[in-house]
Amino acid sequence: MKAKVYVTLKSGVLDPQGKAIQHSVELLGYEGIADVRQGKYFEIALDGSLDEARARELAEAVGRDVLSNPVIEDYRVEVEA
Amino acid sequence: MDSQAITSEVVAAHNLTREEYARIKELLGREPTFVELGVFSVMWSEHCSYKSSRVHLKRLPTTGERVVVPPGENAGIVDVGDGWCAAFKVESHNHPSFIEPFQGAATGVGGILRDIFTMGARPVAAMNSLRFGTLDHAQNGRRNRALLAGVVAGIAHYGNAFGVPTVGGEVVFDDAYSLNPLVNAFALGLVRHDQIFFGKAAGIGNPVLYVGAKTGRDGIHGATMASAEFDDEALEKRPTVQVGDPFLEKLLLEACLEAMRAGAVAGIQDMGAAGLTSSSCEMAARAATGVELDLSLVPQREEGMTAYEIMLSESQERMLIVAHRGRERQVIDIFRKWDLDAVVIGRVTDTGSVVVVHEGERVAEISSKYLTDEAPLYERPMKSKADGGRRTGEGAAVESGTTSDAGASAAPASVRAAVGDPTINAEPGASVGGGVDIVSPAPPTAPALKEAARDYNEALVRLVTAPSVASKEWVYQQYDHMVRTNTAVLPGADAAVVRIKETRRALAMCLDGNGRYCAVSPREGAALVVAEAARNVVCVGARPIAITNCLNFASPERPEVMWAFSEVIDGMAEACRALGTPVVSGNVSFYNETEGRGIHPTPVIGMLGLVEDVRRVVTQGFKREGHLIALVGETSEDLGASEYAATVEGRGLQEMIAAGACVPRLDLGRERKVQEATLRAAEEGLLESAHDCSDGGLAVALAECCFSSLGRGGVGAEVKLDGGELTPTVQLFSETPSRVVVSFDESQRTRFERIVAGAGAPFRVIGRVGGDRLRISVNGDELIAQPVAELEAAWRAALGRKLRAEDVAAAAE
Amino acid sequence: MKFGVIVFPGSNCDHDAYHIISKHVGQPVDFIWHRDTDLGTYDAIIIPGGFSYGDYLRAGALARFSPVMASVKGFAARGGFVLGICNGFQILCESGLLPGALIRNRGLHFICRHVNVRVETTETPFTHELKAGEVLSLPVAHAEGNYVCDDETYAELVGEDRVIFRYCDERGGLTEEANVNGSRAFIAGICSRERNVLGLMPHPERACEDLLGSSDGSGLFRSLAATLAAR
Repeated sequence: MKAKVYVTLKSGVLDPQGKAIQHSVELLGYEGIADVRQGKYFEIALDGSLDEARARELAEAVGRDVLSNPVIEDYRVEVEA
Repeated sequence: MDSQAITSEVVAAHNLTREEYARIKELLGREPTFVELGVFSVMWSEHCSYKSSRVHLKRLPTTGERVVVPPGENAGIVDVGDGWCAAFKVESHNHPSFIEPFQGAATGVGGILRDIFTMGARPVAAMNSLRFGTLDHAQNGRRNRALLAGVVAGIAHYGNAFGVPTVGGEVVFDDAYSLNPLVNAFALGLVRHDQIFFGKAAGIGNPVLYVGAKTGRDGIHGATMASAEFDDEALEKRPTVQVGDPFLEKLLLEACLEAMRAGAVAGIQDMGAAGLTSSSCEMAARAATGVELDLSLVPQREEGMTAYEIMLSESQERMLIVAHRGRERQVIDIFRKWDLDAVVIGRVTDTGSVVVVHEGERVAEISSKYLTDEAPLYERPMKSKADGGRRTGEGAAVESGTTSDAGASAAPASVRAAVGDPTINAEPGASVGGGVDIVSPAPPTAPALKEAARDYNEALVRLVTAPSVASKEWVYQQYDHMVRTNTAVLPGADAAVVRIKETRRALAMCLDGNGRYCAVSPREGAALVVAEAARNVVCVGARPIAITNCLNFASPERPEVMWAFSEVIDGMAEACRALGTPVVSGNVSFYNETEGRGIHPTPVIGMLGLVEDVRRVVTQGFKREGHLIALVGETSEDLGASEYAATVEGRGLQEMIAAGACVPRLDLGRERKVQEATLRAAEEGLLESAHDCSDGGLAVALAECCFSSLGRGGVGAEVKLDGGELTPTVQLFSETPSRVVVSFDESQRTRFERIVAGAGAPFRVIGRVGGDRLRISVNGDELIAQPVAELEAAWRAALGRKLRAEDVAAAAE
Repeated sequence: MKFGVIVFPGSNCDHDAYHIISKHVGQPVDFIWHRDTDLGTYDAIIIPGGFSYGDYLRAGALARFSPVMASVKGFAARGGFVLGICNGFQILCESGLLPGALIRNRGLHFICRHVNVRVETTETPFTHELKAGEVLSLPVAHAEGNYVCDDETYAELVGEDRVIFRYCDERGGLTEEANVNGSRAFIAGICSRERNVLGLMPHPERACEDLLGSSDGSGLFRSLAATLAAR
């Protein structure tokens, strides 16, 4: 079983890296890009004996307590069997 | 894979020649196993064996009263007083940095730091010498910018997190390096005289421990990669690039030093190029012992690794430790404390052989001297570019003896007859490329200024904004250059100064090279580089004491390149003898060529100087209105291969050579006198400032003295030059060596004159500090009048302006 | 009075902080290993700069889970003085001992140079020997020093006089150019509500000797030592 955790900056928080990437992409001639936000992606391999509800609970806890900083970041969890 | 059949293709894929393979069979008395073939291929690679350079390197001076550890160990060590020693070395990471600039440069820093702390020294300073193609080149500019941004970010990533200040270095742009950037990393550490450790597998029966990061499949055959030319395929070799972990290295440093202090360590060596293979073989060879390793015990990051892969992996942040018998538990506990693996994987034996066992099977057994002492030794053919000249004897035997190897970490204690080399049989005239093809033309980057309308102000602006001369703050501000709170002279100076907290002394250090000079005349060019490096440390008030070198060249299989190499060695040896600075460590990097185009011969010198009293350190900036400005040394006509010729006249190197350009003439006797005069005046506390005259000549040096620095605003100067027969251009921009611009208070003039005259150095008072402009008149005509603030702003911004947002974003991980 | 300097795996300004306390402040000081939890004998704790745990998740994020940080929270709650410098400031924010967060510099790069900071208030145990409005030249060395917080937090910081240092030009002016990393409202350092926990991005411990270019950082240590001596 695998959990995927996505951590992104909250919408109000400035994202200097995202801005720089957007700028580069535009300079390279790609058109039609309105905004780029950078984030982090984690793959967590879970013990196969966990049921899906417990797995989600665990991944949520890790995403909330460790992987993200609530002051600046949001997180989202997906669990795959 | 361990039992793969060895065909001629397999041999060739290991970069071994037919003759070398035959020699392996002869030594073993049988066919090698596949693991053994891999071991031979890395140990006999140019990178590890120095097979093309050893015969020349022994001509370098390597002894002196301060030399504690000469070349041949992981780093050279010199005595710096009060029971302290400095361990230092410079090493190339050119090839990996071209393939993947960020990780290549980062792991270059990691490797050189391990070389230092494996000797028991705590790294206290790092520097880098970087060379790239020009940033606005039509074809390669974008790649060059990305390389610069990536390399700088990689160095910053590793050095900053590790916690070593990156205090200086050089950054040079020349299209000779467009497809072959040079990334030479230097590190220096401090160690008590009685606490130096060596890479020796000493003590029969002692346990061999593997410590640090786990082994993965990264970097397999990096060492052989570094010994082969580049082509487009090289970019496909990405998987061989290792990824560095500065955090882990910091833990490794602390754990290693703690284990050493505990007295548990008998010998220790970094697993650098060629990983477990080179560390085990070299440690056994140095101690004339053997080692037996069980690879099944090696901590592994990936599953199903073969013996071949484990032996050749170049995973970073690993060390091999030989512990004293019975102390292995203590070593393991110390590494545990730092959350690191430490595992006994073998023993020191008396067999003289490296024996490798994997899953109960003996997969390799090679006498360690076959891999080091018996490694091939080539006296490759040489041909002067001028006369098609001298050639060495073909496959000539070389007398056994002690090599004075400039830093062969794999340096054997003796050398032996060369084995056959197919390239030796090439016709003298039929060698690859023509007479001057070691030189790559630099296309003109600026339209030549019209002779008649020569504008000295514009020339000065062009020079101070040329990327090679302009401020490098865009680079060094990305490096933490102050951590450890010892940096007394910050980056941007002639040399950096790092104090030794426990004493009153300090160490001055700089890295210098000049590929253009060495391309025009390798022997004189190399001597000039050594002289300039020594002058640079003198300018901060330090006595030059020893050097390390990184010798970057194209393919040694080309006679022109080998000739240039030999000339560089002789020029360097002469200058080092004259200046009393032995070579204590270094590295040779051959095969710096891409698609048949080689780099300039580029020896890079890392000079170490000793400051007796850190309070007497001198900086380059003019200090106060009214101070007198003097030139120690004398100007002559040395414009032929100058920055002025390249930047203002827009001459490419071929053009300079065609026009009969010579490098500046160096008089080592005068150089010594100028250095002695400057140093004595500094030690007497007379100097308010001192600055070396180099790229761009006197006018550029004066401008740099005017620019602001920490705690001091910019200041102007009024200078009057009167050079008799010399043209204004020569007086302003000539690159005559052995010159230093100094300033001092008028009240000290008599004392100053007495010291300089006593040292026998020519000098002349040329002006006075003051105003907000740099004004220089020649023979009565004011030719330069520049507001310092504007000139400085242009100088500071020039490099950053060349880099565009996308280059920077790409590098920022 | 006794100082403690916390050592996380990856701390690299620990020796610098130790050096300043022992040689310049002239007071007893110990290194405290990140697994130790007994802070009973200390009067002030310094969380030094560096890259704790490699700064691999976010700067300072993993350090907050180390055993010693639970003790530091208790220590601060009991009124003990805590000074977080650079990575130490990041750790204090991640631990919730100080509000807000430090994100990637506006210019993306790691940046190491001397900057000017203005002393915003002397009403703290760390700055009472300085002058309000005084401009100090202190080095910075960080890639994540861009201070962010929400409006409510900012209003609270200002309302409670908790912004201690702001980036400025050499005359004390708040110009965009002087804002080295793009921090909200030029913030370089803040303190806790009880004023006993200070975090700042610049390195005062690197600026205590003229030999190293500036001794403007010494006033901070002098203030703290005087506070402790008066207790």
